Amino acid sequence: MEQPNLKYIDQLARGNQSIKAELIDVIKTEFPNEKEAYFKSLTSKEFKKIEANVHRLKHKISILGLEISYKKANEFEHNLRELSLKGQKDFENILISITNYIETI
Amino acid sequence: MNCIIIDDEKMARVILKTLCNEIESLHLIDEFSSAIQAMKFLNETKVDLIFLDIHMPDFNGLDFIKSLKEPPKIILTTSDPKFAINAFEYDFIVDYLLKPIELPRFNRAIKKAEKKEIVLASSSKKISKGDDIENDFYVNIDRRLIKIDLPSIYLIEAKGDYIKIKTEGKDYTVHSTLKKIEEKLPDSLFLKIHRSYIINIRKIIDIEDNSVLIKKDVIPISRSKRPELMKRLDLL
Repeated sequence: MEQPNLKYIDQLARGNQSIKAELIDVIKTEFPNEKEAYFKSLTSKEFKKIEANVHRLKHKISILGLEISYKKANEFEHNLRELSLKGQKDFENILISITNYIETI
Repeated sequence: MNCIIIDDEKMARVILKTLCNEIESLHLIDEFSSAIQAMKFLNETKVDLIFLDIHMPDFNGLDFIKSLKEPPKIILTTSDPKFAINAFEYDFIVDYLLKPIELPRFNRAIKKAEKKEIVLASSSKKISKGDDIENDFYVNIDRRLIKIDLPSIYLIEAKGDYIKIKTEGKDYTVHSTLKKIEEKLPDSLFLKIHRSYIINIRKIIDIEDNSVLIKKDVIPISRSKRPELMKRLDLL
């Protein structure tokens, strides 16, 4: 499985450590909240909300350089639009991978 | 250029702020996590450019665009290009940036914005009346803008908070009112014949007393609308 990385953030920060720190800080704050919102919407089976939460999380997935995972998240988002949960497991594995990664940065 | 950012996601706003700081000619004056907050701000402050996220809960970017009376230049930001493409019907949409946004692509969009002259003063782009009829318009369904060929519409029916647009090929249910859509339709083709129905007068098959047959639908005609309908028909 591909590993999250900070290539995009490094590219954006262009050596400015305070920008890099700010971006990492936002990921560390926003990601757990978005993940929680996703699981909450999943419990209530509100497909529109699940889709919106997946959409938000997709951005974090792309920021962390997870190109294949991003495609999987995209497919999951599309399936949710058709009221299907196909791809849920793959998507949640991506969330686990990011959760583990952000603990290390 | 004075600019603002509208995006519900903090990460996206921080990235855009970082990118704006790289461009000398850009002056970021504020950022908003909702389009509604930004609308209040824009009522009092003039800006040259808005970075607008399309996919936002409650009041999304496309709803926001439609609400603007004097729109400045707008660069759309999105994770999904299909949400952006249809927005190009508006002249003031300069470009769209796919997230995650990279600096070279951001630079190109800013150069486009600097060159862009806005022709339209308003987003409420009406379909021209009379003979000069535009052939299509867009409706917002489930956060997607869907193009509908105007002449293919034969009936529009009010259904509570929604309207049902019936066309030759497909029916569409849209969150809107008959009044709103009536303002967008060319008079030469469409007529409201009842408080719940607008018809394409060219699609009428026959008229009997107080009803018209249009495709397979029998539609009532209000007594007050009947004279107008009769006037519009090409009677022998």
